[in-house]
Formats: sequence, C-alpha cells, structure tokens
Amino acid sequence: MVDPIHDEKLRELEIKANEARQLVIETLIEAGSGHSAGPLDMADIFTAFYFHILNHDPKNPDWPDRDRLVLSNGHICPIRYVTMAMSGYFPLDELKTLRKLNSRLQGHPHRTALPGLETTSGPLGEGLSQGIGIALAAKIDKKRYYTYVLTGDGELDEGNIWEAVMFAGKKKLNNLTAVVDRNNIQIDGFTEDVMPLEDLKNKFRAFNWEVLETDGHNIRSFIDAVAEAQAVYEKPTVIIAHTIAGKGVEFMEKDFRWHGMPPDSQEVTGAPAKGQQAKTALDELRTLKGRIVSEHQA
Amino acid sequence: MLNPNLKLNEKLFDKDTEVAPTRAGFGTGLLKLGETNPNVVALSADLTESTHAHKFAEKFPERFFEVGIGEQNMAAIAAGLGVSGKIAFITSYATFSPGKNWETIRTTIVYNQANVKIAGHHAGIMTGPDGATHQATEDVAITRCWPNIQVIVPCDSIEAEKATIKSADTPLPVYLRYTRDKTPVMTTKDTPFEVGKMYDFWISDNPQVTIFSMGYMTHYALLAAKELEAEGIEVLVVNTPTIKPLDREALLKFTEKSKAVVTVEDHQVMGGLGGAISEELAKTIPLPMEFVGLQNTFGESGTPKELVEKYGMGVTGIKDAVKKVISRKR
Repeated sequence: MVDPIHDEKLRELEIKANEARQLVIETLIEAGSGHSAGPLDMADIFTAFYFHILNHDPKNPDWPDRDRLVLSNGHICPIRYVTMAMSGYFPLDELKTLRKLNSRLQGHPHRTALPGLETTSGPLGEGLSQGIGIALAAKIDKKRYYTYVLTGDGELDEGNIWEAVMFAGKKKLNNLTAVVDRNNIQIDGFTEDVMPLEDLKNKFRAFNWEVLETDGHNIRSFIDAVAEAQAVYEKPTVIIAHTIAGKGVEFMEKDFRWHGMPPDSQEVTGAPAKGQQAKTALDELRTLKGRIVSEHQA
Repeated sequence: MLNPNLKLNEKLFDKDTEVAPTRAGFGTGLLKLGETNPNVVALSADLTESTHAHKFAEKFPERFFEVGIGEQNMAAIAAGLGVSGKIAFITSYATFSPGKNWETIRTTIVYNQANVKIAGHHAGIMTGPDGATHQATEDVAITRCWPNIQVIVPCDSIEAEKATIKSADTPLPVYLRYTRDKTPVMTTKDTPFEVGKMYDFWISDNPQVTIFSMGYMTHYALLAAKELEAEGIEVLVVNTPTIKPLDREALLKFTEKSKAVVTVEDHQVMGGLGGAISEELAKTIPLPMEFVGLQNTFGESGTPKELVEKYGMGVTGIKDAVKKVISRKR
C-alpha cells in the first residue's frame, strides 16, 4: 500500500520533478527529435511513481513481485527514461543516446531493449489492455503487485481503450489503476475540438470504474489519489490527472504545437527564436524550484 | 507412392476415409496443453465453440478469458499475460485475428516478444458458404513477414493437435492456421511432426516435379499425384506445415532431382507458401515454378468443393500446373 508523503519528502520530490524536466529538455536537445509537451506535464506523476509509489528495485528490474508501470502513450517516454535513470535503472549519461543508433532508449519504448520497461508502446490505445493482461496474471498467480497504466487523453479516441475499459469493469480488476494525462491537447489541436471526450468521468463510471480526479502537478494529492484507488476493492479505478501540457516552460504550456517536437527544431510564433528555446526553457526550469512549491502552498 | 516411412493413414485415398476439421485438433491440443502446463491460458472473442476453445474453457474456467467481440483487446491482453509468465492462446477467425488486429499483434506480441500463440480459424475458401468476408486468404502473407514468429499450417486434425501442443515449446509468438470444414485425415499419431520440418508424403525415384502443399490442400495434391502416376508422370508431394522458418535443407533436397516446382495452397498465391518457397529458391537454385491458389481474387459463397474447383485449386488445377511446369523445363 502507498504511504502518505510527509512534508520533507514532498519538497524533495518537487525538486526532483524539476530536475527531471531539465533532463527531459537536455535529452530532447541531444536527440534532436521527440516530444516535449507530454514528458514535461507528466514529470510530477513519474517522479511520484518512481520515488514514492512503486514497489520496485532498479537493480532487479525483473523482480516478480514488483509493481508494474505500463506506459501506453509511449511517445512521452523521455520522462520515463529520465526518471528511470534518476532512480538507478541505468546511468544518467545513457540519456544522451535517446533515439540514436544502437541505443536501448528507442524513440518509442521497447520492452526487450531496456530492463524495467513493462511493454512495448507507441501505437496508441494498446497499453490498458496489456495492463489488464498483467493484472490478470497477478490474479491467476495470487500475487499482490499493482498494475498502473498511464494513458494520454487524446489516446482515448482509440476504440481499443474502450474495449479494455469494458473488460476491466466486467472482471472487477481491483489491482489495476489507470491514470489519464488530461492535458487537453493532441497533435491536431485541443481534444474537445478534435474528438470530444467529455463527460469523461461518467463514461468510465458507466463501465463500472471508480473515478478519481486530481491535480497532476500536485504530488501529494496524486499520491493520495493512488492510495484511495488501492482502497477500492470492488472495481478498477481511473485517476483523471489534470495537467498542463508543457508544464514548467511558459512558452510551451497549453500549446499543442509542442506535442511532437523538441525545442530549437523550428521557429514557433510566440516562442523564443530558434536556438534560444532550449536555453530559455532550462533557465526557466532552473529558477522554478521555489515557484512550484509556493504554488502548492498557496 | 505414399511414403511408407511416415506411417500415414493407409486409407487416405478411400472414399470413406476418416474426415475431421483441423480446428478440432486445435481444441484437443489446447485441452491437453492445459492439462500438462498450468501456465497455458486462452482467450476468445465470442467464438469459443466455433474455434473449439470451449473444451479448454470448460475444464479451466479460471484460465479462460472471454473478451467479447474485440480482437484488438484480446491480442493486447494476451500480450500482457504473455510477458507475465503465461502462454496465451488467442482464438478467433483469421480474418479478424490476425486480420483486424494486425498492428496490435505486431506491436504488443511480435515486436514485444510476448509468449502468445495466435490461432487463426476459418482460413481459406474452405470456410465456404459464409463468403469472402470470412475466408482468410492473406493471413500467411501478413504473418510470415514479421520477424521472430513461427507460422504453422497443419494438414489435418491430427497434425493440428501436434502443432498446437508443439507451439508451446517456444517462448516466441506462433501463428497457427486452422480450417473449418471436415477434411481427410492423412496422418496418424505416429507420423512425425516437428516445427521447421517438411515431409515427403508421396515419393518417387525419378520425380519430374516437386509439389509443395500446405494445409488440407495436401490431400488434393496427393490425389493429383496418384492420377499423374497413372499417366506416367512422377512427382513428389511434400507436406509443408511450417511456412516459417522454412526447412531450407529439405527444400533443396526435395527439388534436387525434379528441378521444377508446383506450390499448392488455399491462400493468395502472393506472399503465402508459394511466395516463401520462391524467395528461397531464387536465392539458391532458381527453378521453374507454378503456383496453385487464389490468383489475385477474393473467394465467394459456395461449398468448399465447389470453390476449390471454381478457383482452379482442385486435382485438375494441380495436374495442369504440373504439366505446365514440365513444359517450361529446359
């Protein structure tokens, strides 16, 4: 079970999340391609998972009793790689190999390439089903590990997601928790313009899921939501985590143009000039430590 | 003559020879696997009885999962089970799985190297009256192009049972192809079967042509061989249950004397058994070849026998192909 987080550790994780964002920017710059918005907005949640929620052992990634963290929207993998490296799965230096030849850090995550990844993902809509299979195996084997599946919100356009939602509801999979990154953007625009998802909460409820909502940038409230999900015995739980796309970098926030590109790859209206984007982002993130904390204290 | 070393069914040419659908062999094989291996699980997409998965489902309800009509979900759930120590069999009609859910299988099972066996049923025009929507005639082509997968097409219900059981020996994904209608049982429980091997069911000292066949079409090939023998044309008939990995050594051995090939399959001639064999021969010893199968066309409703004749895949079609390829020999 997940313990509540005390103040001192919370502050430590908030600083870690900010370091993770900086590493994401540096990693993307080195890679020269990749996605910016999703990795930045999921930094707090990944930090919460790898440094507080997950029962895992980075030195023993195949440990049979580990909790499983399944990333369905594989394109945000830079933040997963960063937080894995920070927690000791592999050296931080290896982050520089992202998207390069012979790297274990594939552009979209590949399970057999890197110990600690639970699935291969990238094509959207497939992670929840895979998480269901992993959770079913736990039931058959009478194991107590939890399976967490992270999905994007645009990804919920995929029919496969709702096939999976139906099935998990039918099987009352109480060892499965889904987390939706509700950042409201996808490649072609805002989710509610591209394909409206609302009323999202009641859609899940109609399929026999428990629904929780939380601020995806408030580590404590996210951890509390996961603990609450684990206490739900009779059904699977989805945590709709409200996030700000590109969180932490002012000129990227809430702007769907940053979904699929790294800083400094092209000129973007309203953003610093090409060549200055990464620098601006990093400067901003490096001075953010105090601000993130004070936001939560407010 | 029939190869006496393979312990084939001696009555296979009789009018009243035993017939059974290969899907029944799947059902029995899956049940036996379930009895010997507690990690075997099975999933169905609302076609449990039709695919004969019901035998397993009834005996092992705690290891059977009904996903409803959702083949993508079935494939990806199986992938999750397959990376968690289970050997997961997914069962549906081949047009839907691996047809409809092709990319899901590609990503979550094959690239992901999950221990999942894809049982594609109702393959070929043999599916009959249901029509072309339900006749999978491209499934071998769309699976054998994947890296790290085995593709197996059993020729009868007994070979189907053996293939099903053997598929669990590898942790790799396997595609298994089964058919709906009852077809002649050519093998016996003593007939050898190994994944990656092909077998010369009909032998000759001086073959003019080697016929490679897959699935129930091997019976048509044997009937053709017998008639051709009466006409003074000697051939080999090689049952080829493993399309991938192809038995290269045997392929070269069986074509050494004949130097001409006819392939016979209830599948599009593009990308199936004929494609696999021609790719291999082109790299080693190119030989004149003729391809019996669907010639760039979909099937339609009809009885299996009517369809096999209409599309030139019956005994006459095979004999014509043999004579044509002989005429092309130099």
